[in-house]
Amino acid sequence: MRYNEKELRALSRQPAEMAAELSMRGPKKGSVPKRRLVKLVVNFLFYFRTDEAEPLGALLLERCKVVQEELCVFSISFLEDPERKYHFECWSQEQCQEWTEALRRASYEYMRRSLIFYRHEIQKMTGKDPLEQFGISEEARFQLKSLPRDGWTACLDSQPDTLN
Amino acid sequence: MKLNERSLAFYATCDAPVDNAGFLYKRGGSRRWFVLRGNMLFYFEDAAGREPLGVILLEGCTVELVEARQEFAFAVRFPGGRVRPYVLVADSQEALEGWVKALSRASFHYLRLVVRELEQQLAAMRAGSPASALTPTPALTPTPAPVLRPKENGRAAWSTQPELLAVPEGPPLPPRRQASAPNGPLALAPFAQLHERYGQEVRALRSQWRRGQPSPETPWSPSVTLREPWGLISEGNPGLSRS
Repeated sequence: MRYNEKELRALSRQPAEMAAELSMRGPKKGSVPKRRLVKLVVNFLFYFRTDEAEPLGALLLERCKVVQEELCVFSISFLEDPERKYHFECWSQEQCQEWTEALRRASYEYMRRSLIFYRHEIQKMTGKDPLEQFGISEEARFQLKSLPRDGWTACLDSQPDTLN
Repeated sequence: MKLNERSLAFYATCDAPVDNAGFLYKRGGSRRWFVLRGNMLFYFEDAAGREPLGVILLEGCTVELVEARQEFAFAVRFPGGRVRPYVLVADSQEALEGWVKALSRASFHYLRLVVRELEQQLAAMRAGSPASALTPTPALTPTPAPVLRPKENGRAAWSTQPELLAVPEGPPLPPRRQASAPNGPLALAPFAQLHERYGQEVRALRSQWRRGQPSPETPWSPSVTLREPWGLISEGNPGLSRS
């Protein structure tokens, strides 16, 4: 698949939501954990050799599952292939929890669900659509029906972070 | 650089409504089926394709109208100046408007801005000041006089980056965190400021066109005809008109 690698590289240089040196192990059988600089920027997780400015790779964080595997280890896998896991070892349990929570909320789709949730809540409280003042109330991407058809809409009464 | 392309492909074709889709012609002529999802613009050989031919990451791009031999053309441009923009051609005015609008608002940064704004409003309401919640707080710093953001060739552009903000942003609050002390008026300012700036730009542009003369701050390149843009502020705008 072709992609605009230059822009992806530029994105990797932007300020990160989170960055840390972690021990990373790829999904292939027999892969060895390696020290990597891991950087979360919007919905991408970049990983670098610790002494290099250019990223080795990136993971788009859409439709992913983040699991705390052990006290200090979390994994990322993707819905279409849940057995293929990237493992990350942290320095502390606290760091592991912090990353797990951040990565669960890092996707565009999660952010969209949050928007729809807040919009719904504010509308319930005030009777007004908070997007109207910004002229984006008709924007297709902010409608309830833009959510996936797998039961998310049923979760609108719960807090966004339980939707995962 | 490695990328989890298989996951990208699944994201492109997953069973969820897309943010926009349709045929567009790429520069050079080939017609492709484009699918916008989140901040990624995928393209397929045709509408039935299961595997994208490619994807354009949209974060940080600006979307511009283009005057070209083809009538319904727009460009997706990235900062840096060295990379040529993606020029795409729709097959109708309506499609062109739909695409430019959708792509202009596609960035993660934009979405996060809106979420933070709503989060602040909700927090303010729960703290018991409903009257103030829905009114964007005026910026603490005075808004400068409206000036079009300079572009290299005078075309107005709608950026997916919130780079007009005067207020530096910290890392985003996770949505679930209940701010017992909201970040304060500055936190409400960025989004409102952004829209106010866009609104001023649009109003300035409109009055220029009505007068029929470019203003000194907007040196339109003679090869570019700017059509009236739709406002980002109000959905009631007449949209593009071809007079």
